[in-house]
Amino acid sequence: MIPELGQFALILALVLSGAQTFFGLAGAARRDERWQAVVRPAVAGQFVLISTAIAALVSAFVNFDFSVLYVASNSNSALPTFYRVAALWGAHEGSLLLWAWILSVWTLAVAIFSRHLPASFASRVMGVLGFVSMGFLIFTLATSNPFERILPVPADGRDLNPVLQDPALAIHPPLLYMGYVGFAVAFAFACAAMLEGKLDQAWARWTRPWTTLAWAFLSVGIALGSWWAYYELGWGGYWFWDPVENASFMPWLVGTALIHSLAATEKRGLFKSWTLLLAILAFSLSLLGTFLVRSGVLVSVHSFAADPTRGMFILGFLVIVIGGALTLYAWRAPLLKSTAGFDVGAREAFLLYNNVLLVAAGAIVFIGTLAPLIADAFGAPSISVGTPWFTRLFPVAMLPLLALVSIGIHASWKQGRLATQRSRLTLGLAIAIVVGLLVVFAAYGPGRWLTPVGVVLGIWVIVSSLFDPVDRLRRRLSLSRAILGMTLAHIGLGVCVIAIAAVETYTIERDVALAQGESVALGRYAYRFDSIEPLEGPNYDGVRAVVTVLRDGQPVAVLHPEKRNYWVQRSTLTEAGIHSRWNMDLFAALGDDLGAGRWSVRAQIRPLINYVWLAAGLMALGGLLAASDRRYKSKVPATETNPAAAAGVQAS
Amino acid sequence: MMARHKRMVVVGCIVAGVALAAFLAMQAFRANVMFFFDPSQVVAGEVPAGQRFRLGGMVVKGSIEKKPGTLDVHFLVTDYKHTVPVIYSKILPDLFRDGQGVVAHGTMQAGTFVADEVLAKHDEKYMPPEVARSLKDNPPPPDVIPGAT
Repeated sequence: MIPELGQFALILALVLSGAQTFFGLAGAARRDERWQAVVRPAVAGQFVLISTAIAALVSAFVNFDFSVLYVASNSNSALPTFYRVAALWGAHEGSLLLWAWILSVWTLAVAIFSRHLPASFASRVMGVLGFVSMGFLIFTLATSNPFERILPVPADGRDLNPVLQDPALAIHPPLLYMGYVGFAVAFAFACAAMLEGKLDQAWARWTRPWTTLAWAFLSVGIALGSWWAYYELGWGGYWFWDPVENASFMPWLVGTALIHSLAATEKRGLFKSWTLLLAILAFSLSLLGTFLVRSGVLVSVHSFAADPTRGMFILGFLVIVIGGALTLYAWRAPLLKSTAGFDVGAREAFLLYNNVLLVAAGAIVFIGTLAPLIADAFGAPSISVGTPWFTRLFPVAMLPLLALVSIGIHASWKQGRLATQRSRLTLGLAIAIVVGLLVVFAAYGPGRWLTPVGVVLGIWVIVSSLFDPVDRLRRRLSLSRAILGMTLAHIGLGVCVIAIAAVETYTIERDVALAQGESVALGRYAYRFDSIEPLEGPNYDGVRAVVTVLRDGQPVAVLHPEKRNYWVQRSTLTEAGIHSRWNMDLFAALGDDLGAGRWSVRAQIRPLINYVWLAAGLMALGGLLAASDRRYKSKVPATETNPAAAAGVQAS
Repeated sequence: MMARHKRMVVVGCIVAGVALAAFLAMQAFRANVMFFFDPSQVVAGEVPAGQRFRLGGMVVKGSIEKKPGTLDVHFLVTDYKHTVPVIYSKILPDLFRDGQGVVAHGTMQAGTFVADEVLAKHDEKYMPPEVARSLKDNPPPPDVIPGAT
């Protein structure tokens, strides 16, 4: 009964999303207030209904209702309650439901916080969001119904995929989707502006906090996924250029470009049509990401199952959404001219370079990810683009970007008076070179030529972003959340680059066969394989090794890598043993029993790897701070020339 | 206005940058893209000598041989027409099993495929699409591959 209730709620939600789309768009076009008044209740109703559907599915999971196919396929009576709830998004159908629900949450937030916006504009925003929601609800109901029943009812479920039974993975999809779907709001704002035929600085001010918030969620979501792959899959790295990792990275890169371009649009009324294009692109790439993951066209850890109908549906939806938005863009964008000019050395110019390089980086990822698909589609021989390709090209876009961040941070709006900042520029670069080279050569020893370059650039970004806030503190000026957020995010970028340079260069890794009591040397450290013992969990058994790590002969850590056999799916899973020190991770993963009393062991030492994820956390925190800045809360509609904006020119 | 000239310079730089990036991308493509071959193509000598490529097929049942006490593994990869021996000496992925689809990266050396990376997916029902396509023309004997329909 409860699953049917959930399905019924979804059907009603679909009806409401139709109403929301129609009355939102037509109501604004006809300037009919009564029609527009329908929109907010429809949004609220949709949120309640999709929440009901979610609750129905959770209840089916928690109460072991194996008559529901999705529950039977993705849980088991031995599965702990926490994972039975997380199993909701453990596979395709539930993930889509989660997508639709998160969209309804964002839309509800828009409905609540858009009351000070012009009524017709807000109504159009919600209309566009309603259209997206409608697409996903039709998709869910028509091709991927999570409430489908199964007869005869199985005695027990087939269990959640063991690789997903992990706390980080349980929260990774919701956060990632918060980011993906959040770009739908920026997209809807862009479409609404094009429909209105009006895009001013106030528009950018309304759009910025939403976009920044979505971007922050996406950052955390990607970082969590990367962290999970590190310790759960036993791959022992932070990024593998796996197609699905790339699928989430593309909207992030374009989203990063978007939040910077929005800054120029808000402060100076510039880059209007470019900003619109980026908003469309960021959401299109989010949809493309969903398509790539769900259609099974990509060879990846994430492609659960290949289902052509689903793939075709998302592809069709993608074509309608992107095609529609781009048509609208071609028709309306020429109306939205940017009038202001700026110098080559002005902040606007640096934001432009930033955008070009970020989009170029996005294009590199896009080409590398889709080349195999395109080659396939044209009947060319099957190819694959691996890590070497990405690691070779990505820095080409990223290194100049880092240098330009460090310089551009000192630039002022409108006028290219960088010469007046000469002392800051040279001081920052000098500090970066001295500290960077000291760190590289004293602490680690020379690596490739790229290593000192990366470390110096990373430090330069950090030092440069600290000048302005420190200066403000010294002069006892206030530090707005926007400035604080920007500083944090840029420091995060610097930290990330330094960490990546260190991990890429100074990692020591060896796959070895070890018998009990034997050890393997990794630099100054040695890994000693002490013993192996049996292990029993709630729904698995396995073995656990004890590996002692010694430094100069003194034990410093004990690692417990595990090899688990999950009963229901009869799959084997590696659980890495990791000991984190402040400057490195000691990592061991257990391979197979090789016979003759030996086991294969993957031993690694990865310096600074945790800082990669910490950096993502800093960026996200910066985003949250910036999005909560006071000026976004002002209820007073801003005008084209806002004196407050002129006063706060340094705060982007 | 000077601003216009300067902007032309900026635009010029951007165009040059994009062209350079495209050039580098093509270069990197040539050096770092790997092609897929199935065992029949390998046996027929379609793989240029010394080139790294991806080999895909089914792991022959009962063909996995581990040298006790070492990481060395030998196994056979087949498309039910031809078979290629593979040697690998790193840790195998958790889902590597005989009778299942596999994709390996490496080079041919004296008639043996020396793999430096073996990919098996985190779902035992999963079949690498290229392997599926390569097998489409050679339907495997029944009950050889569970779940590969």
